[in-house]
Amino acid sequence: MECYVCEVCGYVYDPAEGDSEGGIASGTPFSDLPESWVCPVCGADKSQFSPE
Amino acid sequence: MKDVMRAVKVSDHVYWVGAVDWNIRDFHGYTTKRGSTYNAYLVLAEKPTLIDTVKSPFREEMLARVGSVMDPRDISVIVSNHTEMDHTGALPEVIRYIDPDRVYASPTGVKALSEHFSFDREIIAVKDGESIGLGNMDLACWETRMLHWPDSMFSYLAKDKLLFSQDAFGMHLATSARFDDEIEPAILDYEAATYYANILLPYSPQVLKLLDRVGGLGVEFRIVAPDHGPVWRKDIGGIIDSYGRWAAQEPTKKAVVVYATMWHSTESMARALSEGLIDKGITVKLMSMEAVHRSDVAYEVLDAGILAVGSPTLNNNIFPSMADVLTYLKGLRPRNLVGAAFGSYGWSGESVKQLETYLADMKVELPCEGLRIKHVPDSSSLKQCYDLGGLLADRLLERV
Ligand SMILES: [Fe+2]
Ligand SMILES: [Fe+2]
Ligand SMILES: [Zn+2]
Repeated sequence: MECYVCEVCGYVYDPAEGDSEGGIASGTPFSDLPESWVCPVCGADKSQFSPE
Repeated sequence: MKDVMRAVKVSDHVYWVGAVDWNIRDFHGYTTKRGSTYNAYLVLAEKPTLIDTVKSPFREEMLARVGSVMDPRDISVIVSNHTEMDHTGALPEVIRYIDPDRVYASPTGVKALSEHFSFDREIIAVKDGESIGLGNMDLACWETRMLHWPDSMFSYLAKDKLLFSQDAFGMHLATSARFDDEIEPAILDYEAATYYANILLPYSPQVLKLLDRVGGLGVEFRIVAPDHGPVWRKDIGGIIDSYGRWAAQEPTKKAVVVYATMWHSTESMARALSEGLIDKGITVKLMSMEAVHRSDVAYEVLDAGILAVGSPTLNNNIFPSMADVLTYLKGLRPRNLVGAAFGSYGWSGESVKQLETYLADMKVELPCEGLRIKHVPDSSSLKQCYDLGGLLADRLLERV
């Protein structure tokens, strides 16, 4: 599964890890993240992410 | 002022040419009781270079300090390490006046600068890990995103083993002294911690990564030159260790009890709860929002293990000063806290639930329901508050 990088702060969303603070289980692909999900570092929304 | 402002030599090739803002007390919502400084630095390389500038009202002070060493118009390179206006407010006019050959910022900095100002020249993006050639020496640049903004970067002058760290390792402290060893250690520690708590705490995971990365570079730092407060030349290890400790957010046996009160009922609850904590050996900071500022609370929360918050119910809501401090703290993302909410009420009593929502959003562990007392707490109600303090203490002591 593809990693996505936040263009604002450089945080990398790794589906293998998920985002525990944001309540996202490991194994969740980027495309399955809810639209309300935001970058755990800077708060940017999904539209500001691009494939790594 | 032109002839009385001096540059201060920091290392073989570097001068401090910043400004002291003795009387600033409100730095975007953070109370700066000791004022601040905006540090700019002049590198006397073959290509004379200015690192960062100052807040716009201090432009003349900066140029006068540069003028004590060289004609500012002979500066050929300007590097902007951080776009926030306390460091770039003077930049557009300084560029116009100096007309340097090149102006650099990080790639994100180039964008952010264009969103602040309009320049009639190119700002050159320097990528992470690249160096800027200054003739007889090089300036290495490392991106430090979110420390303090997405655009932030460090620059490192290997020739003098000097790190320009912009906001990182800085503090709001106006002094006539320019170096850490000229200032009382307790003041340095307090102001550096207050700065960390109020500015960098949300980015603690990035601080840990950065310390790791910088440690792995194997470069030596003889001087760390931040954009606020003193230059570190004596206790660099000390401030780096402090950053590691603050960023880890390890709780200590300390509680912050912060509250607002209308008729002293919630205050009595806060005091009883504090006694329960103290009797279990917990250090307590009891803070009324009437007496303290939100940035004082942030400082105390930095090394705390317990956050207990109290508010009366005022017209079906929490007290405004509690919304202030909790909104602020939530943004600062403190971690590893145990907590509880409490408050007195007259009839509806919404405040405790609302406080708990803030605490839950902040990921504070709530081991029990909050405590609501109708009107004035009697002795058995105060005993409940005391016991709540004890319960929080027990939960914390399991962890530390
Ligand atoms: Fe900043
Ligand atoms: Fe700053
Ligand atoms: Zn981000």
